[in-house]
Amino acid sequence: MNHDQIRELLHAYSDGELDLVNAREVEQHLRACGECRGVEEQIRALHAAIINDAPAFRAPAHLRKNIRAALRREARADEKKLSPWLIFATGAAFAAAILGVALFQTIRVSRDNAIVDQVTANHVRSLLATHLVDIASSDQHTVKPWFDGKVDFAPEVHDFATNGFPLVGGRLDYLGGKTVVALVYQRNKHPINVFVTPASNSRDTAASATTLRGYNILSWTRHEMNYWAVSDLNQAELRQLVDLLAQ
Amino acid sequence: MFRLTESPRLSEFERKVLPHLDAAYNLARFIMRNDQDAEDVVQEAALRAFRFFDSFRGENARAWFLSIVRNTSFTVLKRNRPEEANVMFDEELHGGQAPLMAMGAALDRAQDRQTVRAAIDQLPPEFRETIILRELEDLSYKEIADIAGVPIGTIMSRLARGRRQLQIILSKPK
Repeated sequence: MNHDQIRELLHAYSDGELDLVNAREVEQHLRACGECRGVEEQIRALHAAIINDAPAFRAPAHLRKNIRAALRREARADEKKLSPWLIFATGAAFAAAILGVALFQTIRVSRDNAIVDQVTANHVRSLLATHLVDIASSDQHTVKPWFDGKVDFAPEVHDFATNGFPLVGGRLDYLGGKTVVALVYQRNKHPINVFVTPASNSRDTAASATTLRGYNILSWTRHEMNYWAVSDLNQAELRQLVDLLAQ
Repeated sequence: MFRLTESPRLSEFERKVLPHLDAAYNLARFIMRNDQDAEDVVQEAALRAFRFFDSFRGENARAWFLSIVRNTSFTVLKRNRPEEANVMFDEELHGGQAPLMAMGAALDRAQDRQTVRAAIDQLPPEFRETIILRELEDLSYKEIADIAGVPIGTIMSRLARGRRQLQIILSKPK
């Protein structure tokens, strides 16, 4: 990237929204370019000024009280309205449950396809300069705690640099409407995203392979977690990483 | 037989949404720029959120509630003060580029809260919103984009321009 392109990214860099590869490139440029360093310092100075001199307003106590009272009135009105509906709704729920079982298989298949689509889209987006949100570290003891409090599960994080799959860092992403963990590995020049999310089914499964728009995707379940590994790397090498992760 | 003594829906709402009342008030206060309007907006938004609570599916209750707060704010702003809702900041009029080295001194001068808050108040409402959600609520670009209902690229450009405008305002001698 040249000076102008870096300048465009300084806000995203300062806000911790750049992916690792780009963040490193910006850091390198900042060491060499006084002008960009000045701009980046201004962004940080402004942030400090806002935090210190324009702190967040807090909701006044009487507003809190009024809202609680208004909500309680609203809830009571709802209950009166809803009572006859509940009887009808119960019947409808039974009917829906039966229909739901019948639809389950169909929906599951199409949902799997939708997830593979999203996994691939997330991967592609993570490679764009404007994407985003990262903890930049090859140290598993830095990456793992970073997720604490950001997701309600603790992903296993290991560096496989000695096996040729160095850990580049981690990121939060969205998958199926949920916040998931994305671990970023690298194989030679190929970035690999590994998405991790709690599994609804606790049975371990072997990795199954899919290809979408030229990307290889392997998905498996292990220790009550669903995994998706996606990369433009060939499938055989991607499987090596999967084997390492499953050890 | 289906009557419930207390509404589980209400207690779930109180548990998931009400913890974000401070963030809601902060956003509304910076968009509306006065206490009374901010209180009215947050009260209305809370009731609206409760009515639509069944449609809340995700896990990010804060972002969901804040999007209702911001929509309510802008609706009220457009209804009551339409001339303000469309104000654009004229960078030429306000002195062009921020002088690079004057910033540090300007921020030293801006000791009191009123100066920085007054500077934020001079920005157009969409810029105020973006700056507040980023700098004070520490939300990600993605979350801010979802709340404001615009692409991430728009958030990035609003942040860059909003910050530059703040620097221009703050670096001008009083």
